[in-house]
Amino acid sequence: MRLFGKIAVALLVVFSALAPALAADDSLRDIVSGFADARNFSQTEKIVTQLGKTGDPAVVPLLEALGEGDLRVRKEDRAVFIAKGKGTVTLLDPLTREAVGSATERELTKIKVNNSLRRSIRDTVGGLALMAAAPEKRKAAASTLFANPDPAALDAIETAMAAEKDPAVAESMAAARAAAIVYSDRPDIEKSAAIEIIAGIGSRDALALLSSLEARSQGELKEQAAAAIARANRTLAFWEMGQNVWYGISLGSVLLLAAIGLAITFGVMGVINMAHGEMVMIGAYVTFVVQELIRTSAPGLFDWSLAIALPLAFLTAGAAGFAIERGVIRFLYGRPLETLLATWGISLILQQAVRTIFGPTNREVGTPSWMSGAFEIGQITITWNRLSIVIFALAVFFILLWALNRTSFGLQMRAVTQNRRMAASMGIRTPMVDAMTFALGSGIAGIAGVALSQIDNVSPNLGQGYIIDSFMVVVFGGVGNLWGTLVGALTLGIANKFLEPYAGAVLGKILVLVFIILFIQKRPRGLFALKGRAVEA
Amino acid sequence: MISRYLFENGLSPRILALVAVILAAAIILPALNLALPESHPLHVPTYMISLIGKYLTYALLALSLDLVWGFCGILSLGHGAFFALGGYAMGMYLMRQIGPRGVYGNPLLPDFMVFLNWKELPWYWSGFDQFWFAALMIVAVPGALAFVFGWFAFRSRVTGVYLSIITQAMTFALMLAFFRNDMGFGGNNGLTDFKDILGFDIQADTTRAGLLAASAVALALGVIVTARITGSSFGKLLIAVRDAESRTRFLGYRPEMVKLFAFTTSAVMAGVAGALYVPQVGIINPGEFAPANSIEVVVWTAIGGRGTIIGPIVGALLVNAGKSWFTGALPELWLFALGGLFVLVTLFLPKGIVGTLQEIAASASERRKARKADAEAVDGEQASPVGAE
Repeated sequence: MRLFGKIAVALLVVFSALAPALAADDSLRDIVSGFADARNFSQTEKIVTQLGKTGDPAVVPLLEALGEGDLRVRKEDRAVFIAKGKGTVTLLDPLTREAVGSATERELTKIKVNNSLRRSIRDTVGGLALMAAAPEKRKAAASTLFANPDPAALDAIETAMAAEKDPAVAESMAAARAAAIVYSDRPDIEKSAAIEIIAGIGSRDALALLSSLEARSQGELKEQAAAAIARANRTLAFWEMGQNVWYGISLGSVLLLAAIGLAITFGVMGVINMAHGEMVMIGAYVTFVVQELIRTSAPGLFDWSLAIALPLAFLTAGAAGFAIERGVIRFLYGRPLETLLATWGISLILQQAVRTIFGPTNREVGTPSWMSGAFEIGQITITWNRLSIVIFALAVFFILLWALNRTSFGLQMRAVTQNRRMAASMGIRTPMVDAMTFALGSGIAGIAGVALSQIDNVSPNLGQGYIIDSFMVVVFGGVGNLWGTLVGALTLGIANKFLEPYAGAVLGKILVLVFIILFIQKRPRGLFALKGRAVEA
Repeated sequence: MISRYLFENGLSPRILALVAVILAAAIILPALNLALPESHPLHVPTYMISLIGKYLTYALLALSLDLVWGFCGILSLGHGAFFALGGYAMGMYLMRQIGPRGVYGNPLLPDFMVFLNWKELPWYWSGFDQFWFAALMIVAVPGALAFVFGWFAFRSRVTGVYLSIITQAMTFALMLAFFRNDMGFGGNNGLTDFKDILGFDIQADTTRAGLLAASAVALALGVIVTARITGSSFGKLLIAVRDAESRTRFLGYRPEMVKLFAFTTSAVMAGVAGALYVPQVGIINPGEFAPANSIEVVVWTAIGGRGTIIGPIVGALLVNAGKSWFTGALPELWLFALGGLFVLVTLFLPKGIVGTLQEIAASASERRKARKADAEAVDGEQASPVGAE
């Protein structure tokens, strides 16, 4: 008996603990089953609102299914299920989403939705997401509410704000609240506080909010809104400039990657290497082949594919460069214009070879997981792959600079370019140094190809798109000077991106080309010209 | 009278023969097309007439490049730009000739402008309904561009490779510009669907034959102009600038003026070539500005033999005939063949086909002379045993 009593007490405790949960679930089910009896859209909408008021994230999938027209009622017992597809469909419990049986389409009736209903479903889901467990989801919900402010969601936002622990999420909720207040009929004091918050954000959405408020309000509030607009405009302009600089650096780093190999072959050796773009293309195709091999034989290594491709691309393109130098270019030293023609011929052959082997269409090169995604600094969105390319370009640049200035090969190379005969009489094998220098320049173009495969189409025409830009960078920066190439690439990249908003992408590019043509008139030897007394012919 | 003029001004027999051959082609080919029935074995089909006419305009383009590159040492990688500008000027005239027969039937605006919802003709299109104005522009626009470009480039002594690269940038920039729809030149699609030229139906056999004859006459004129320039004392100056620019400057000449003259003349020739090219192929689009096209012209010239007058013509005809054959028979191999030609010609035939042949001929006649001299020397020896060692 005593034992019995204890068990009874224990059971009671357990039940009383479970009861509210069960009760909540039951009440949810009650509301959901109401869908079966809804006669028209406004009744359905009432149920949606009711579900929203429970504040329980468990109803989100159900609401989403309703919005997509996948919530159906079984005709025989008026029970509500989520059911997707046609013909015989699996029935899912609307709350737990467990499979509870199947039915043919005929046995079910769809719960109909219209556009206004869909909107209210979206709003409800948005409000519920403010209570989601994951902070990113809450933040995303707050940002959505900020972009589409809704005074009706004000209560939900304030409840969520009160419960919020994460300061970053709380901040975006405050922004969402401010946006909602602007559209609500709250007193002017609250509105003026909201204006301050919104002006501090200074994004385009904020600007739109403020201008609509300015249009609707009078007196002091209007003045305050106008002042806030000016402030937001300034913030916006600042970030826009930051964004342009970032885009410019990003473009500049691409130009730098494409041009840096040319800075060796053209800048240091004086060989007009029109096949330079094809070396970039070879690098990109090496990446493609490496990824294909990894996909078929070792899928786990995919994140390492670029790291594996880098040395291979360097060696492949370098070997191609070596072969070109030994086979063709060494016979043409001192005849720069003819080198240009011969290397152009080589570029045609390489392009056609790649087209024959890999086909004329674009090949897909995947992005490793660590390079996808983005993060934000203020209002600037920075994608990881662009950032990686900027860092990579700078790394290549400095490694090359080190190799030229601090290694014995670099020393020999500089000796040969400065005074070939003297270098030869010092015992340097000048023909070998020439070949290795050309191979180095080509190899660097190859690793540029690995990076550029991430942002460009890998096709036989890949190289052609870069060749003119590369020459522009090297000529603008000054032949024979790596620093010139760096400054040239970044300058042209940033100039291009700053012109784009005013002139459009194509016209911006044309202006940059015209600028370079004019610049060469002024300084025929580029930005950082080598000083000397040599005069040709 | 014309022949007297030509002879008296010292055109070499070789050039006169070339001009005669070109003019004969201008008469014979159309005749074989028009006068003979299709069943006749010597009948030249109309597509062939258009093809040869196109090649002749290419030959003129190659010749114009030869004037600056072969004789003056300026490697222009942007000659396709002058060609395309001449072509666009002609294309604009042909567009205006369509009149209300376009798809949209607008009497004033070309179809693409109607399509883009333009309401009136842009100012730079006015006048192009008159042939004389279009003809003037065909010469003036490429000439003016070359003059301005050359004025800046040569005065600031941009030479060699740098000049090649900025000419390439020039044609690239023009290509990008002409691709833009708001430029008012038909954007991506360019100008096409031409109906008639000077009142003649552009599709008719007679018109095509006439265009071929016109191209041949233009080429012959180009040959005469080039020969007159290079044969004169000014031609010597051109070659001096090519071979030793600084030395020429130190001798008191102004190489920039010499170059500017050659460059502008050459651009005008290229523009005329482009203008004759467009009605024969029936379209002009921004692709003609592509840097690759200009480089291909350089190859024709190099293969034929730069620094000769016959060379670029032979090169343009041979390479393009080869291209037509290859792209028909072995399309995948054409780029291999063209690329291989680039490499082989620069390595083994730096003077091109004609240049090498001339060299062989020259050395043969040298040897003949030497043998003759030897023989005379032997004779002399026999005559007087006491003599040279």
